[in-house]
Amino acid sequence: MTAQTDPQGKSWWHRNQMRAAPWLFLAPGIAFFALYVIAPIFQSFNISLYRWDGLGEARYIGMANYEQLLDDPAFYTSLRNNVKWLVLYLLAIPGGLFIALFLNQRVRGMRLYKSLFFFPFVISQVVVGLVFAWFYNPSIGLLNPILDLFGLGPMNVLGNPNTVTYGIIAAGLWPQIAYCMILYLTGLNAVDPEQVEAARLDGAKGWKMLWYVILPQLRPATFIALVVTVIGALRSFDMISVMTNGGPFGSSRVLAYYMFEVSLSEYGFRMGYGAAIAVVLFLIMLIYIAFFLWRMWREEREG
Amino acid sequence: MFPTPVQQRSRAWQNTYTAVLPLALILWLLPLLMVALFSIKPDADFTQGNLWGLPSSFAGFENYTRVFTDSAMPRYLLNSVFITVPTVIGAVALSCMTGFALGVYRFKGNIWLFFMFVAGNFVPFQILMVPVRELTLDMGLYDTRLGLVLFHIAFQTGFCTLFMRNFIRALPRELIEAARVEGVSEIRIFWYVVLPLMRPAIAALSVLIFTFIWNDYFWAVVLTQGVDTQPVTAGITAFNSQFRAAYHMMSAGSIIAALPPVMMFFLMQKHFIAGLTLGAVK
Repeated sequence: MTAQTDPQGKSWWHRNQMRAAPWLFLAPGIAFFALYVIAPIFQSFNISLYRWDGLGEARYIGMANYEQLLDDPAFYTSLRNNVKWLVLYLLAIPGGLFIALFLNQRVRGMRLYKSLFFFPFVISQVVVGLVFAWFYNPSIGLLNPILDLFGLGPMNVLGNPNTVTYGIIAAGLWPQIAYCMILYLTGLNAVDPEQVEAARLDGAKGWKMLWYVILPQLRPATFIALVVTVIGALRSFDMISVMTNGGPFGSSRVLAYYMFEVSLSEYGFRMGYGAAIAVVLFLIMLIYIAFFLWRMWREEREG
Repeated sequence: MFPTPVQQRSRAWQNTYTAVLPLALILWLLPLLMVALFSIKPDADFTQGNLWGLPSSFAGFENYTRVFTDSAMPRYLLNSVFITVPTVIGAVALSCMTGFALGVYRFKGNIWLFFMFVAGNFVPFQILMVPVRELTLDMGLYDTRLGLVLFHIAFQTGFCTLFMRNFIRALPRELIEAARVEGVSEIRIFWYVVLPLMRPAIAALSVLIFTFIWNDYFWAVVLTQGVDTQPVTAGITAFNSQFRAAYHMMSAGSIIAALPPVMMFFLMQKHFIAGLTLGAVK
């Protein structure tokens, strides 16, 4: 510190360090975060009011981008798919709980089993997308031979506009279930054994035990699982990009993907329109952010 | 313990459990096993329609070697390293400081700053995309690894601050108070008292951030292009168009691309899971 070489500065530092220190430590973090995260949010709001190709002059057009959104069938397709993602992605929570309950045993090699079940989460979504695209592939994939065993006809999951989104969501669920599983395994580890024994003596078992004794104790795990799953659902981009590029005929787009396509694809750079889509996505997410912050604020006050 | 330990169940139940366990695992990893099998098959198996049987000859060595010799994969892997490692160092360093400031000091606006970091961390990437791309272009950092690193550091600081702050909150405050009574300066308290105690948090965060950044795809496509800068997640697309329809090569390439975080996970499992499940237990 320069404070140590300058006697006057030193005394200032000594008198004020309790007040100055936090800001000193915060300064670099806040600077980075403000520049790259906070300011861009407002800039996007602003850009959404312009017509802009990213190179030339931006022209102010007011709410015209939003008005155009209301008449854009691709926007509605994306929005509908976002809802599908949001609802079906939540299956990761019971799915993860189910596997966690299945694996919560002390058997030889269980640690390795748990790691291997968790494995899909560690792989990048790009690779998960590729793996599932090949798995579904009608000519080389394993899916159709398996369906055949059950007497079900061959299907081209990613080639059919009616099934494509479900196919991608199924692929997305794979790592997400693994994530929820690990949250629940940690939660189950901390379940109070005395309460379980007491409930057992009272004759509780199976579903009743799970619902009335175990699940209430798993609430923190469920909350985090809910938060990360909702955010994961709204962030879905990588898999769609890798598996279908939004196709066939744009039927698997979601807002996050459509925004990217509008702003940066070869069809022309429509930054203003893209920003408007991003704002809509942001406002949807804001509901969850507000909910999360509200809960955190409540906990802070209690703690 | 819930559910009831199998050891307390009937013999038949125990046997069923031990039998079902490996089957469930195989089923769970089936798509991945398929790709692993592809990656050790010779080209001929695909043309002859031997998709699911054993490989007619073991070509794993050959396929994986070709990934490194006949493609730009080593380049992409190296780019990933040069993007991921500086990001981990930067984000962890920044958040040690922000976490310390928000966790230790009581001052006006503390909670709001903390909420700013938390909220920013949940924001959809798309709302940042256009301005961040412009900013990077203006700084002359578009299509450089540095441009990508700077953004990643900034964005990850949100999550890391949440993590570090909560970790520091749980440390015994008496240590800090005692040091203050001794007249130790705040900066020395940070460096000599708190930082050594944060080692487990630093380890956990480093592994997590390594995985997140290695697996990033969106920002790689937005801020970089081409073989000189793109990380392996983006490079795999170029790799796949080079080996179009050569499934044994594409499979081997994907496995290579996915491997580093997997190794990181298995080596640092304890830290990884501790980081990921922070807050899952009261």
